[in-house]
Amino acid sequence: MATVTEQEILDGLGEIIEEIVGIPAAEVTPEKNFIDDLDIDSLSMVEIAVAAQDKFGVEIPDDELRNLKTVKDVIGFVQNLSAKA
Amino acid sequence: MSTNQVKVAITGLGATTPLGGDVASTWSALLAGRSGVRKLDWEDVEELPTHFAATIAVESDQVMPKHRLRRLDRCQAFALTASIEAWKDAGMAHGDQSGFEVDGDRLGVVVSSGIGGLLTALNGYDQYRKTGWKRTSPFTVPMLMPNGAAGHVGLEFGARAGVHALVSACASSAEALGYAIDMIRTGRADVVVAGGTEATIHPFNIASFGAMRAMSTRNDEPERASRPYDKNRDGFVLGEGSASLVLESEEHARARGARIYAYASGAGYSADAHDIVQPDPTGAGAATAMRRALENSGLRPEDIVHINAHATSTPQGDVAEIAAIKSALGPAAYQTVITGTKSMTGHLLGGAGALESVATVLALHEGVVPATANLEDLDDAVDLHIAQGEPYKLPDGPAAALNNSFGFGGHNVCVAFQRAV
Repeated sequence: MATVTEQEILDGLGEIIEEIVGIPAAEVTPEKNFIDDLDIDSLSMVEIAVAAQDKFGVEIPDDELRNLKTVKDVIGFVQNLSAKA
Repeated sequence: MSTNQVKVAITGLGATTPLGGDVASTWSALLAGRSGVRKLDWEDVEELPTHFAATIAVESDQVMPKHRLRRLDRCQAFALTASIEAWKDAGMAHGDQSGFEVDGDRLGVVVSSGIGGLLTALNGYDQYRKTGWKRTSPFTVPMLMPNGAAGHVGLEFGARAGVHALVSACASSAEALGYAIDMIRTGRADVVVAGGTEATIHPFNIASFGAMRAMSTRNDEPERASRPYDKNRDGFVLGEGSASLVLESEEHARARGARIYAYASGAGYSADAHDIVQPDPTGAGAATAMRRALENSGLRPEDIVHINAHATSTPQGDVAEIAAIKSALGPAAYQTVITGTKSMTGHLLGGAGALESVATVLALHEGVVPATANLEDLDDAVDLHIAQGEPYKLPDGPAAALNNSFGFGGHNVCVAFQRAV
């Protein structure tokens, strides 16, 4: 997956979050913080990360997961990795 | 000696069972004598000794959003459904429903499960074998732990006085009620949500109970398989579901003008010290639990107009319980009306005591006892009054009733209720 757009990642992440924690995908916008704005707990973040790995075909190590605090962080991380792939 | 200093009122009831998704539908099915036992539609069911069970009437995905169910074991979803119904029934505020705001520091929860998240463990292990640890749900541990249902119910209502899960196999949720009564009597809480839940209908569990020769194998007539006190009974029928009751100090209930269904007047306990699974055939331990429930409640044998018996439809257990009732109540045993509602609900294991307590409370409140279904040819060893055929009308006025629950491990628990008059 050479060129995955920011919008594609945002949409994909929205779908995952809606399915796993029930927050409507439309509320998942780039500036949102997972804990402070979306009220997602740490165990759910693990599930979301695993689902995101499956969806975008990138590995998100546990050490990195800790640094991904906002939706924008995940978009950047996935784009960065898929550009290298 | 009676320890009944603080009276404990029952102000809310909830249930999701093989007969219906709430108390009203379950109760009307019990009075109508309907069976919740069904043939299982599993592909390999014929390889098992038993091909049927009392499966839930309303699946949780009909009443709860999918994302919530992802992190709940089936038994936990049942417990939440039943407890939320009981909570709202008691007139408490919840979600969109305005109502009484309970002080979380004075609110307790005691919700039991006999086995816990068995389906989570078995299905999770199947998944793990396929995809390894990274695809193991991070919610597996809270889903399979036997106190998980209590934890979720506690979170739902913000209970901070204490959240407990007593485990004693099929006596678990009767013990939950006893513990809840004590929490209120000793002043630890003003309000307690007490109940039990179970969801273990899985091939491995049917194989396990089947290996004990404990379950009915009446595969040609599943609806008639659970038949307590009938000569042709051949074992229990596995059921699933949950029931909850809101218990409250009478003072607290009166102060907020709550409707009182009945009083939970006390509980009695004993252990058989006989065998890990077989009941003591003399019923001595069960009789002791019943006597202690009377003492604990300040009741006399002649006050007991009704007993919802443990009556699982096993050849040994049903008659041992009859012996116990005669020993505990003496001549008054012949005046009381006994029923076995597992004939319709199947055996909810850790949910049984709570569900049958709901039935006992409603029998006192509505003045009618559901008949034991499938009782066609009464066992010669049973010479007490078993409600059969039509529902039995109870007399008006002051009255009390008992609910018996016994569990593998030799646990005997009897909970006593008094009519609110």
